Amino acid sequence: MGAQLRRIRQRASTVRSISKITRAQELIASSRIIKAQQRVRASGPYARQITRAISALISYNVGISHPLLTERTDTRRAAVLLITSDRGFCGGYNSNVIREAEGLMSLLREEGKQPVPYIVGRKGIAWYRFRQRDVAHEWYGFSDNPRFENAEDIGRVLVEDFGKPEADGGVAEIHVVYTEFASMLTQRVEVRRLLPLEIEEAEAAPAEEEMGALPLYEFEPEPERVLDALLPNYIESRIWHMLLQAAASEHAQRRRAMKSATDNANELVETLTRVANQARQAEITQEISEIVGGANALAEASAGSE
Amino acid sequence: MAELRVALVSPEREVWSGEAEFVVARTLEGEIGILPGHSPVLGVLLDGSIVKITPTGGADPILAMVGSGFLSVANDEVSVLAEQAELGTEIDVSAAREALRQAGEGERDEQAAAAERRARARLQAAGVEE
Repeated sequence: MGAQLRRIRQRASTVRSISKITRAQELIASSRIIKAQQRVRASGPYARQITRAISALISYNVGISHPLLTERTDTRRAAVLLITSDRGFCGGYNSNVIREAEGLMSLLREEGKQPVPYIVGRKGIAWYRFRQRDVAHEWYGFSDNPRFENAEDIGRVLVEDFGKPEADGGVAEIHVVYTEFASMLTQRVEVRRLLPLEIEEAEAAPAEEEMGALPLYEFEPEPERVLDALLPNYIESRIWHMLLQAAASEHAQRRRAMKSATDNANELVETLTRVANQARQAEITQEISEIVGGANALAEASAGSE
Repeated sequence: MAELRVALVSPEREVWSGEAEFVVARTLEGEIGILPGHSPVLGVLLDGSIVKITPTGGADPILAMVGSGFLSVANDEVSVLAEQAELGTEIDVSAAREALRQAGEGERDEQAAAAERRARARLQAAGVEE
């Protein structure tokens, strides 16, 4: 077998085994998307109820004030929380988040603020480390399957930093950049301001119509203390929602990236097989013509000797 | 008699839901019992306390441990929302004992006190400690 032919066949078998890996990754990601979507749905009731409770508190106590609801003017530092993945092989998932976050940070800089990154996910951490930028806080190890404790942990750190004076690393606002799972095919990078808080009622709106006006609650203990206890939980629930969305998006994008990798690999195997066949054919043709040529030469030689 | 529609919800899932006659929970101000027709209330739960739900039809009461969360009552609907919510039947008793032992050893700050209360509530909900 010719050297060229052997090389082509070797390459085809390499590509074939790569395609097996990407195909397996694709299948794993597809099964995880469904689980991730179920978790998004399972988190719905809690998110709706807590949003309703906070809306009730705020609408019946107009002018209620709370540190988490008020703008801070004593510092220009602004936290940006990036939600990226721990593993690669997911197409443009991480670079999209990072690009959006970088855009947001330069916007904040133009406004005279000083952005500080907070990062979830090894890929984002590696990106910032490589560029030797300062990162205020990092979390990793759970991006594809977050647990509520992770959201709790992130929420606690952010709320604490929001309450600190500037010298201790306090921040005046907190933004989050994450990927929203719109559908199996579309995932959008979203930028949200987490603190100071704007209560998002969009999600609760349908439930609101169903149930009519909010009931006149009695608060136990007094409204201020209820708000005190509820707001951190609300923030954790928002972060939890974002982590779940990001995890579902990560799986969806990984599935897509791995699908196109598998398709490309199969196409390449096909091309390589054709090239190999051609090379083999050329070799055979050459051998035949050598044999025929040799036989002719022999025949001529023996004819001459007679 | 009217019935209460009760939902015990944690951020990760709905832990229990169904109809009940009576719900007892503990807020920061003390124990609160809810029967059908209760006026709307929004109360903050004591972190590491027990919620007791008596379902309709004479079934055994359901005990659950709740962590940081709140309780809202309106139109005979009771929602108990807690960041940690575990039914007594699902609790890992040996893990809770271990947590209680560790909480007793560590520093005496607010977090440790909450962890201790949670562990104790877990054991109570599981029915192994009064």
